[in-house]
Amino acid sequence: MDVNSGSVHSLDKEGYDVFSAVMKNHDDLRSADKNTAIKVFKNEIEGSDCEQARETLEELVYLTENDELFSDAPDILLEDDLKKARPVIKALCLHVAHDCNLACRYCFAEEGEYHGKRELMNFHTGKKALDFLISKSGGRKNLEVDFFGGEPLMNFEVVKEIVAYGRELEKKAGKHFRFTLTTNGVLLNTEVNDFLNKEMDNVVLSLDGRREVNDKMRPFRNGSGSYDYIVPKFQSFVKSRGDKKYYLRGTYTGNNLDFTEDLLHMADLGFSEISIEPVVTEPKEPYAIRKEDIPRICKEYDKLAAIQSQREAKGNCFHFFHFMIDLESGPCITKRLKGCGSGTEYLAVAPNGDLYPCHQFVGRDEFLMGNVDAGIVNKEIAERFLSCSVLTKKECKDCFAKFYCGGGCMANAWNSKGDINAVYGIGCELERKRVECALMLQASRVSPD
Amino acid sequence: MKHIKTISKKPIDHKTRKGGCGECQTSCQSACKTSCTVGNQTCEQKK
Repeated sequence: MDVNSGSVHSLDKEGYDVFSAVMKNHDDLRSADKNTAIKVFKNEIEGSDCEQARETLEELVYLTENDELFSDAPDILLEDDLKKARPVIKALCLHVAHDCNLACRYCFAEEGEYHGKRELMNFHTGKKALDFLISKSGGRKNLEVDFFGGEPLMNFEVVKEIVAYGRELEKKAGKHFRFTLTTNGVLLNTEVNDFLNKEMDNVVLSLDGRREVNDKMRPFRNGSGSYDYIVPKFQSFVKSRGDKKYYLRGTYTGNNLDFTEDLLHMADLGFSEISIEPVVTEPKEPYAIRKEDIPRICKEYDKLAAIQSQREAKGNCFHFFHFMIDLESGPCITKRLKGCGSGTEYLAVAPNGDLYPCHQFVGRDEFLMGNVDAGIVNKEIAERFLSCSVLTKKECKDCFAKFYCGGGCMANAWNSKGDINAVYGIGCELERKRVECALMLQASRVSPD
Repeated sequence: MKHIKTISKKPIDHKTRKGGCGECQTSCQSACKTSCTVGNQTCEQKK
């Protein structure tokens, strides 16, 4: 893979042997620029009497000359461009309910309450959040609003009011709201399903997989398991949704490092759009993902990729969110460098209207940026987030996956290192593995043999 | 090309300067919420 252009090449056995030998003989080639690499390959051609080796080396020269190998890194000017670009706000995560009807053990919202008290957002605050978003969105047409919690359906009437207000507002402002909602499914019913199918661009449904795995971490507040109550509701909802977007999203922990079984269980329940994420929690928790778990988890991703490939060949495939990397085009370089846009393009709104850089920072006083009435008051926080990119994180410099994760999750970096411009090492290892698997899947589609 | 097959040809366009158009989906609005994957996001200009 050529990191800077994203080009991916597959070599046959002879080609691989030649390339490996050249790389081994020239230690500095890995970090060489285009002209140096071409020089090395041409010297090797002159010194080789093997026809197959010369063929491969000539192909390497061709790819390098065409910027498909050893291509240039984004230059320093691009970093200046990113700093100069004053991003507009295009997405809000609305915490409409800091309350939950489940008591998930790993919840970073502390069972929905986010280091504070149980609280529901009122319509007035939601309305001002949409007004704030419109006023700060500049020339962006597509604006995103995610209803989040806690459990947002515990405040369903306000969700409906905010959406109705948004639909009026978008006509007047010449904008388009893409609403999304994340739910644990407890309160889904026919009325809610109809509303979500009509208004939500995407719905994220939370389930961890097998009954025993799910119920251990996602119990009701009385301690009983939620699986039997929720799964039929999710199945009914997805059936009613037709071809509109949804994701069944699980969390895996140290308790279920065999999470492929959970993902396959979800697929066998009839769900095709699936994500499963490593738990984010304090290292002291018994179910935390630890550094020593990484080799085991990497093997699990390999297993998952192999099964996905087999199922694709049989035509009964599921789609795993993190393996769906677009190798043909994908996002622009700016997005790849900036990542999620937290604190700049994307903000979270607490039930009382307070603004934070993202949903994971909500309730942390040192990240309070302002509120929907006054706007962004603490501009220093926004500047700190604006100054973070793949180009500013030293750990990203030599990472082959840096243009696929955008520098990683800043909340994870803060939680693990106390610095948003750092990286969360375990998360990086897992992201690299997922990108590697995604590349393998794409290669297997192009060259099934 | 006899020994090397290209699977993906230069998907990362370094010439797109000026901050991008910004119309694409925010990554945390899709499914992750606790990690950051931008490589699977779709460009609105290429839809």
